[in-house]
Amino acid sequence: MNAPADVITDAVGTSRPRLEGPEKVSGRARYAADHPMHDLAFGVVVTSPVARGRIRDIDASAVLTMPGVLGVLDHRNAPRLDPQASGFFGPDGSMQLLQSDSIPHAGRAVALVVAQTPHEAQAAADALAVTCDAHPHDTTFTADHPAGRAALTVLGEDANVGDVDAELASSPVVVDERYFTPEEHCSAMEPHAATAWWDGGRLQAFDSNQGAFDVARTLASLFSLELDQVRVRSEHVGGGFGSKGLLGPQLILATMGSMAFGRPVRVTLTRRQVFLMIGMRPATEQRVRLGADTDGSLRAIDHQAAFEISPLAEWVENCPEGSKVLYATRAIRTRITAVPLDLTPPGPMRGPGLTPGSFALESAMDELAERLGIDPLELRLRNEPAVGPVSGLPYGSRNLAACLREGARRFGWHSRDPRPRRRREGHLLVGTGLAATAFGSSAFPSTASITAETDGSYTVRIAASDIGTGSRTALVAIAAEALRVGTERIRIRIADSDLGPAWSASGSRGTPSWAWAINEAATRLREQPHDPTRPVTVTVDTAELFTGRFVREVHAYSAIFAEVTVDPATGEVRTRRLLGMFAIGRVVNPLLARSQVIGGMIMGLGMALHEEGVRDPVSGRQVNADFAGYHIPAHADVPDIEADFVPEYEPDEPSGVKGAGEIGTVGTAAAIANAVWHATGLRHRVLPIRLDRVVEEMA
Amino acid sequence: MKEFGYRRVKHVQEALALTANDTGARYLGGGTNLVDLMKDEIEAPSQLVDVRFLPLSGVREAPDGGLAIGATTSNSDAAAHPEVRRRYPALSQAVLAGASGQLRNMATVGGNLLQRTRCAYFADPSEPCNKRLPGSGCPALPGEHHNHAIFDWSRHCVATHPSDMAVALAAFDAVVHYETLDGPAEIPLSEFYLPVGDTPHRETALPPGALITAVSLPKSAACPRSRYRKVRERASYAFATVSVAAALELHDGLVGRVGIALGGVASRPWRARVAEAALHGEPFTGAGLRDAAEAELAAAKPLRDNGYKVTLARNLIVAVLTELAER
Ligand SMILES: Cc1cc2nc3c(=O)[nH]c(=O)nc-3n(C[C@H](O)[C@H](O)[C@H](O)COP(=O)(O)OP(=O)(O)OC[C@H]3O[C@@H](n4cnc5c(N)ncnc54)[C@H](O)[C@@H]3O)c2cc1C
Ligand code: SF4
Repeated sequence: MNAPADVITDAVGTSRPRLEGPEKVSGRARYAADHPMHDLAFGVVVTSPVARGRIRDIDASAVLTMPGVLGVLDHRNAPRLDPQASGFFGPDGSMQLLQSDSIPHAGRAVALVVAQTPHEAQAAADALAVTCDAHPHDTTFTADHPAGRAALTVLGEDANVGDVDAELASSPVVVDERYFTPEEHCSAMEPHAATAWWDGGRLQAFDSNQGAFDVARTLASLFSLELDQVRVRSEHVGGGFGSKGLLGPQLILATMGSMAFGRPVRVTLTRRQVFLMIGMRPATEQRVRLGADTDGSLRAIDHQAAFEISPLAEWVENCPEGSKVLYATRAIRTRITAVPLDLTPPGPMRGPGLTPGSFALESAMDELAERLGIDPLELRLRNEPAVGPVSGLPYGSRNLAACLREGARRFGWHSRDPRPRRRREGHLLVGTGLAATAFGSSAFPSTASITAETDGSYTVRIAASDIGTGSRTALVAIAAEALRVGTERIRIRIADSDLGPAWSASGSRGTPSWAWAINEAATRLREQPHDPTRPVTVTVDTAELFTGRFVREVHAYSAIFAEVTVDPATGEVRTRRLLGMFAIGRVVNPLLARSQVIGGMIMGLGMALHEEGVRDPVSGRQVNADFAGYHIPAHADVPDIEADFVPEYEPDEPSGVKGAGEIGTVGTAAAIANAVWHATGLRHRVLPIRLDRVVEEMA
Repeated sequence: MKEFGYRRVKHVQEALALTANDTGARYLGGGTNLVDLMKDEIEAPSQLVDVRFLPLSGVREAPDGGLAIGATTSNSDAAAHPEVRRRYPALSQAVLAGASGQLRNMATVGGNLLQRTRCAYFADPSEPCNKRLPGSGCPALPGEHHNHAIFDWSRHCVATHPSDMAVALAAFDAVVHYETLDGPAEIPLSEFYLPVGDTPHRETALPPGALITAVSLPKSAACPRSRYRKVRERASYAFATVSVAAALELHDGLVGRVGIALGGVASRPWRARVAEAALHGEPFTGAGLRDAAEAELAAAKPLRDNGYKVTLARNLIVAVLTELAER
């Protein structure tokens, strides 16, 4: 709906399968570790077994005589890195690999063994004698840990609206509860892999990441190179979910290898290493207090969240984000506390902050509805805000109520008996629950260039990423609409840092940001008179247009509904139905958007019932660093899922779109937890809702 | 993975001779467990003696009127066999509750019996583990043991046996047949797995180099009124948290033959003899059943973090036998 008035194509809004689908299913698509390469050597990473300590010795002498071994890099001989190189939030010690003998966490890279073949490198890595002194470590997270301190507020200042304490004191109904979420891991299908080589003084790399340009820029600064000395390509990426947003250890180590041995070096993390070395979603503990009048009007929201970090790098798990925008209330207070522990530095995982935050807030809303005796759907509708309750800004398109109402209609919410533990089917208890979400949306600067070719076709170049979501296909549609031609006339090249600065596939800002640049370039190209017998190229960097000021609250919204069965004798919780109604602005490609949000909902289902990084209480190491131990939903756990979109157009955003990448994950865990309460009458404030937490003593 | 030799054999004697001459040799069934463990060098055989081409596949009638399942029969074929399904349905259900279709197509009955524990420390070569490296210690005891044993563990090892199939076999009084160079021999499943004691690395009573040839199910144990129920953290593709295989015969309201085995609670399938004895010959009542389950679990010694398994096992015995009685 609401496409530009003179649109003559149906490019946007039409379902099309992804362009590279045939390449992927036939194995022709090349991922970072797939490119054949002359003279290629292979690096295998050796990691620290201790959670904190010091490397006493690495004796490579025996390994150096093993077949095929080219050498071993460790803190004594690895290339030096710039300690000031920045990650997400300033200097980032997680990138300072092989720079010192200190071991900050279990799974830290302590050496890279490089050999002619992967098997020779692995054999040598297994044989490498590393002696470490273990120092006392602390990997046990609690919100009141003495090391806790205020977290950075770069993602938004703490909210201090009204007098929370006074409102709570005068609220006839108050919820005051604590919620716990564990460490969770993305561990995408394609492990982190990179191939690096030098080409006439220029560092080249194939890497698995979510933003080739950002990675190239960070790589250049880490190795003290000029930006134009570095080129990173990531044409196909087998999933990221946040874990490939930053320059990863695979590329840092492959680069070191290529410098030290003067030939292309490929580094692929093992599955276990992906779990141990790549930042996880940190564990959180959150206290949520809600105060309301008996009619359900909220008087106060107090959301205090603590999460774990590593002293190596700042991280912000901004849990209370949703509490600042979802509901109208007189007073809002939010606080975030970071607790430094001897852990792999946490990083982004689909919907960072908001996802665990939503579990807490939306569980608390359900508890409030229970105590008020008001339907949870109605409670949310009664607290629709007119303006941002913290910012005071007007909302852009806000169709949360439409999502709630339409979702409820399709789900059959209105026939629900609100009382818990009422529905039985044989020995099973059945319950339903819902959650509402908001996910901030905006567009950030990117560079796009479009060439009008002499045959009437167009070539679009932008360093966008397609991490398996279909963004390549979506951008072709956006370009076709912007150029007023059919999609068959568009060729696109993405995921190459030489194409210029571009936002990465993260923060659900990828498509809006890239669409902005493509729209601008297309508009200028169409306006520019040119000779059709010669190719013409227009390049636009939207940084010129970016003000950094936001005049409206622009968010995507969703309402998630869940139905679960619980066997109280075994504690087994199974999700029977999930339904999500989403407001993500204009839907570029319904087929791909649906896949996105369904994937997100399945990830939320995993968070609710399965996912949990478990640490050994003695060694501090992750015990379940593989998919045998770290459970994600199997096919049989994934029920009937319905996902659909309310018609929407976001006038403040390019092409009318909002982000869709993360919102599917956000509300699902709370919807399922609320359904488990409805089934059993028992609240689960600790994720995942494992069967040992649910099983009941049978009379 | 360490380099290894590979031999495909057609005759049992050939297989036995190869392993007799090379103590590092191991039989290869479907490889679904052994090869995984080789990748991390938890197993590092000098050679693999592939037994899948031995004439040991298929399900046949045994002389006593029971069934004999050849050692190289795939898990899928064993589960699908009409006579297994008719006479020992809990066995078919148990096999189908395990792994995935692809894995069951590859996995053999012999290999299934000898699959190793799923204790995470056992699977991680950078960890100590008495089962993998005798004398190195058991980190699971003070560490993560939420899914470990509640019966008959020792401070040397608290791991469970992961097989679903073996639990049903235990409930049906199965017998394991094997051959060594001394000739054929057999051992009841109830004596096949050794108590943990201080030798958790010694898991079975099989002599070195023995080749499992078949598993037989006695006629007397056949029981169409039997059921396998597996509790797990997700709906498929997960090992049992606790499982129960149960067979029940009722004659005029009195309990006749009853076989109950629990999975996920000990280093071997746990035959619930105390509960069986309490039920046998008595009228079947809800109260009697609960008392029987209670009595069985009275001997449980849960670890710090797995007390829930006691509740779960008790509930499961009651739920499954109630269901069988009501059929
Ligand atoms: C992802 C995954 C999930 C699984 N889930 C389950 C589950 O839910 N429940 C379950 O019960 N199992 C499960 N399994 C385990 C599976 O059942 C076993 O791997 C399988 O049964 C082993 O059979 P195999 O023939 O492949 O054995 P192999 O791996 O070939 O061998 C296993 C062992 O048996 C020995 N061996 C094999 N045949 C003989 C013989 N004839 N005589 C003497 N020794 C022999 C081998 O030397 C080796 O030591 C799962 C496995 C995987 C990989
Ligand atoms: S429980 Fe057994 S298998 Fe697990 S670590 Fe201890 S000794 Fe090893």
